Amino acid sequence: MLDHVASLGRYVLNSVAGTGASLMMLMRALLGKPNLRKSLPLLMQQMYSVGVLSLLIIVISGLFIGMVLGLQGYTILVDFGAEQSLGPMVALSLLRELGPVVTALLFAGRAGSSLTAEIGLMKATEQLSSLEMMAVDPMRRVISPRFWAGFYSMPLLALIFSAVGIYGGYLIGVRWLGVDEGAFWSVMQSNVDWSEDILNGIIKSVVFAFVVTWIALHKGYSCTPTSVGISRATTSTVVTASLAVLGLDFVLTALMFG
Amino acid sequence: MESRNVQLAVGAFVIIGFIALVFLALQAANMGGATAGETYKLYAKFDNIGGLKERSPVKVGGVVVGRVSKITLSGEYYEPLVEMEISKKYDEFPNTSSVSVLTSGLLGEQYLGLNPGFVDDTVEMLDEGDRIQDTKSALVLEDLIGQFLFSQGSD
Repeated sequence: MLDHVASLGRYVLNSVAGTGASLMMLMRALLGKPNLRKSLPLLMQQMYSVGVLSLLIIVISGLFIGMVLGLQGYTILVDFGAEQSLGPMVALSLLRELGPVVTALLFAGRAGSSLTAEIGLMKATEQLSSLEMMAVDPMRRVISPRFWAGFYSMPLLALIFSAVGIYGGYLIGVRWLGVDEGAFWSVMQSNVDWSEDILNGIIKSVVFAFVVTWIALHKGYSCTPTSVGISRATTSTVVTASLAVLGLDFVLTALMFG
Repeated sequence: MESRNVQLAVGAFVIIGFIALVFLALQAANMGGATAGETYKLYAKFDNIGGLKERSPVKVGGVVVGRVSKITLSGEYYEPLVEMEISKKYDEFPNTSSVSVLTSGLLGEQYLGLNPGFVDDTVEMLDEGDRIQDTKSALVLEDLIGQFLFSQGSD
C-alpha cells in the first residue's frame, strides 16, 4: 500500500521536475543575449528544414481537406437548397479549426519528431557536451534557433493551409458541382470576420507553435542518450504534442467562441 | 552558395505565407469570370431589400445576367437604392421590366429577379444609368405574419 503511495509521489515529483527542467531550458534558450549577426544564419537554416520542407505536406493536405469539405458540405447543404452557404462553411471550418489544428498535428509529426531525434542524437553522440567544452552555449547555438524557427514557421504554414484549403473547396464547389461563384465568395465574405475568424485562427496557431516546438525540443534535450531512449523520445514528442494541441484547442475555442 | 539557396527558399516561404494572409483577408481578390466583360449599370429603388448583398446575382428566369454592385440609401425617405451591373450581352431589356428581391430555396441567399416587360412602339430599352421603376421588395416574414393575423382578426 505504502509502495503505491510512494510510486504515485515519485511520478508526481518526476513530472513536476520535468516541467521545471523544460521551463528552465526554455528560459535559458529564449532569454540569452541575442546576437543577430551570428544567430540569423542559424535561424535561416532551421526555418528551411522546419518550415520550407514542411510546405509540401501542408499544401497537399490543405488542398485535399478543402476539397473533401466542399464535397461533404455540398451533399448536405444541397438537401436544404442552401448550397450557397458552402463558401462560409468551408472557410470558417478551415480558418477556425482545421487550419491551425491539422497544421499543428502535421507539424508535430513532420518537424517535431525530426527536431527531437536530431537533438537526442546530438546528446547521445556528446555533441552538446563538446559545444559546452568549447564554451559555446548549446542553448543559444542549438535550441534557440530551432525554437524560433518553429515558432515563426507554423503560423505561416497554418495560413497557407487555410488559403489552399479554401481554394480546394472552391475548386470542388464552384468548378465541379456548380455552386454560383459570386454567391460562394460574397456569402463567404459576409460571414467571415477579420478579427473574429482570421485573427483568432492565427492566435491559435501561434499558441500551438509555441507548445509543439517546446515539447519537441524538451523531449530531445532530456532524452536518455541511447538508441532506445531517442526512439522513445521521438514517439513521445508526437503523442504529447498532439494531445496538447487537441486539449489546448478545446480551451482556446471555448475562450474565443464560447 | 548553399546558404544563399537556403535564404531564397526561406524568403519565398515567408512571402507565400503573407500572400496566403492577404488572400484570406481579401477572400475574393481573385474574383472574375462571373461578370467578366463589358457591363452597364441599372438602378432600382426598393422599400426593403431584405438580405440582398453586394455581389448578389441578378437573374432572368434563373440565368445570371449580372451582379449587384452597390447598395445605398437615397432620397428624402432613405429608401434603399440598388446599383447593378448587367452584362452587355443582355442590353435589350425594355423599361417596362420589373425587378424583385427573391430567395433561392427555403434557406438560400437572396438575389434580384429581373422580369423583362412587354415591348411596343412607345417602350424604350433600358440603357446605362437608367432606373427600373417597377420593383417588388423582399418578403419579410414578420410583415407577412402581421398581415395574416390582421386579416384573420377582421373576419
